[in-house]
Amino acid sequence: MALSFIEGNEAIALGAMAAGCSFFAGYPITPATTIYNAMLKYLPPEGGVCLQGEDEIASIGYCLGASMAGRKVLTATSGPGISLYSEQISFAIGSEIPIVIVNVQRLGPSTGSAPKGADGDIQFMRWGSSSGLPVIVLAPVDAADCYRLTVHAFNLAEQYRCPVFVASNKEIAMTRESVDLDAIELPTIITRKPADRSAPFLPFAARTDDSAPDFLPIGDSTVVRQTSSTHGTNGYITVDPDEIDAFQQRLEKKLTAHVDDFTFFDQDLDPQADTLLVAYGVTARAARVAVAASRSAGSPVSLLTPKTLWPVPERLIVDTAKHYDRVVVVEMNTGQYVREIRRVLPGKTVDFFGQMNGNLIKPQQIREVLA
Amino acid sequence: MNSLINANRPPVFCPGCSHERVVAALDKAFAKMGLEGDRVAIVSDIGCSGLFDTFFNTHAFHGLHGRALTYAMGLKMARPELTVIVTMGDGGLGIGGAHVLSTCRRNIDLTLLVLNNFNYGMTGGQCSSTTPQEAIVGSGFLNQLEKPIDISSVAAAAGAPYVHRTSSYSSVLADEIAAAIEFNGFSLVDMWGMCPGRYTKRNKLTPKTIDAALTQLPPFKGPVEVNLRPEYGSSYRDTAARLPAAVGPARIDARFQPPAAGRQEVLILGSAGQRIVTAGEIFCLAGMTAGWHATLKNDYPITVLRGHSVSEMVLSPEPVDYTGIERPAVVVALADEGVARRKTLFAGLGPETLVIKAAGIGLPESNATVMEIDFRARKIKTPDWALACLAQLARDNRLISVQMLKAALAMRFKKDIADTAIGLVDQVVGA
Repeated sequence: MALSFIEGNEAIALGAMAAGCSFFAGYPITPATTIYNAMLKYLPPEGGVCLQGEDEIASIGYCLGASMAGRKVLTATSGPGISLYSEQISFAIGSEIPIVIVNVQRLGPSTGSAPKGADGDIQFMRWGSSSGLPVIVLAPVDAADCYRLTVHAFNLAEQYRCPVFVASNKEIAMTRESVDLDAIELPTIITRKPADRSAPFLPFAARTDDSAPDFLPIGDSTVVRQTSSTHGTNGYITVDPDEIDAFQQRLEKKLTAHVDDFTFFDQDLDPQADTLLVAYGVTARAARVAVAASRSAGSPVSLLTPKTLWPVPERLIVDTAKHYDRVVVVEMNTGQYVREIRRVLPGKTVDFFGQMNGNLIKPQQIREVLA
Repeated sequence: MNSLINANRPPVFCPGCSHERVVAALDKAFAKMGLEGDRVAIVSDIGCSGLFDTFFNTHAFHGLHGRALTYAMGLKMARPELTVIVTMGDGGLGIGGAHVLSTCRRNIDLTLLVLNNFNYGMTGGQCSSTTPQEAIVGSGFLNQLEKPIDISSVAAAAGAPYVHRTSSYSSVLADEIAAAIEFNGFSLVDMWGMCPGRYTKRNKLTPKTIDAALTQLPPFKGPVEVNLRPEYGSSYRDTAARLPAAVGPARIDARFQPPAAGRQEVLILGSAGQRIVTAGEIFCLAGMTAGWHATLKNDYPITVLRGHSVSEMVLSPEPVDYTGIERPAVVVALADEGVARRKTLFAGLGPETLVIKAAGIGLPESNATVMEIDFRARKIKTPDWALACLAQLARDNRLISVQMLKAALAMRFKKDIADTAIGLVDQVVGA
């Protein structure tokens, strides 16, 4: 075992490089800046492009252009930047532009506290775009997850042609920790499926009603149309309600129908327990300590750590929770993901503890909620 | 000559709209240059200029209002061989002003066609960033209070190496557009035109009055001498090609036996300039040479060389779950600013916690075991105090050993600095 001493942000950059990312654009913002720094170190010497946009809107705009030219693209920011990304995120959803967006969450609202952590954007990432169509959000627990889940994020962006968020947190992003990088198993790299060039190219024609269209890049010999307007399969504006409906349904279904294929999670279940603790992100680390202490004290508890947050992995949550009388959700906000847990577990007692004051939730605080 | 006009989607504008003339001129320019449709990308945004991409058999990228230049930048950096044309109205110009200025400064090889017709045609003729103050538009009196922007002058001031101002009714418009596209760098063509649907209903504007107005303005006829310079994309690639390959994170093997067991938390409370963060890193690396897992969190203000600097470290034989400090084995107190930052911690400390404090530093009340070091008397300079404390821990074989510390220093620093640091460690250990 050889350990590297890296922060979560560098692990994300390493994951991006491993996934085949060749284009990054971002605007400096604490606590996401060191992703930009790392991409600037890694990308240009390998022939990739790393740019600093004049603002966040430009940075993600560069990425959307480059993605449609066939590049795997990454951008990274924090809450204030996600706000500025919003209209471009809607564009990427509606026009099926693959992009990985790292949101290193910091304490809000608004400019808030740059060097303090929170998980305050969990619903914002899902719903912070016009139309309300889904995105994918993955939540790492530590630097090792930052590395591994970033590779998955690229794969998912390529496969489903949508924005994929890596929902990090200052407390993971800017904490340096020992990681055995070589021991982390990475998935096989997926690249978006090229369209058949022998047939006339319809840029938004999908094979099924729950999949993404095959891709051809802007700039090759086949002329490609991309548009933010409501479009038919040919990429031109459509006003046909049936065509529009089929398109919107497909954007919804292409993600929600397949979430079981990309439900990442950790589980530490105790057959004696009657309580299931649910915690994600950095809070899952305090939860592990609390669970171990609780068990040592003779009160068995089970722990579920979802790492795919959106679309909500409903099957995982329902199947895991069915053996427990009580579910406890702990998160670094005033109650965001607990809404989803309560929604998919009607009739179940779901208790909540949240804290959003810039401090990590302590294991002892979780034990008090469990008691 | 081949036309790139999409025969299936003929241009549709209001009768008398000058945009239609620009579509024809752009097509003629493509033909003159012998450009095939697959060699061209037209990038557009919202407004009537945003219809352009649908009229041509070229690659097309239609996006959000004012953001066309951002997509074009990404496309061009990803596909340098493409001819990228951006169409934008005076609306996009205003809302996307930051992108216009940045593109001028950057000088990437794009052509921006500004279809300047002095109002927001699509939304009802409201004022834009170029609406004259005396014009009657859909924004009531508001445009009377704002000075219109002269985009050609602004672009030149922002560093655009090619600015051309003309009328959409120019008899040589196609040549003017072709010259701009052929320019290797960022080119902007400011084309004044008429919006019969909204603007000219209430304002007198004709091809003649446009010509007359243009003669009153500073002329822009292509290259801007003071701004001529190498193109961004090729400079980027040339510079990047000379960069050394990046080195990834080092792998640290376990070589030593740790002198302690179980989770160990350490806190260094200092001030900027005391190399606190570096000491924190060294401590963690030292632990890792014994196969321990480590975490390091730093807390410092935005100022450099002023204010507190606090590092929190955890060493553990197991991967570290909770990274907070609850029961520190050691607290190193080197500056009052750092102590103030964690002042509430001290009340909870018991005798099992060792506090190493620099002489002269005040501590809040606590039951911790305190060791005071007079660094000044030992002639150790302030920036070395944190490392000296690590050496003190190593000397006592507390959490880290001398071997572990020296190995970390050798790993972290180039030889001459490492030698100096190891010299300091020997001084402390030998004292």
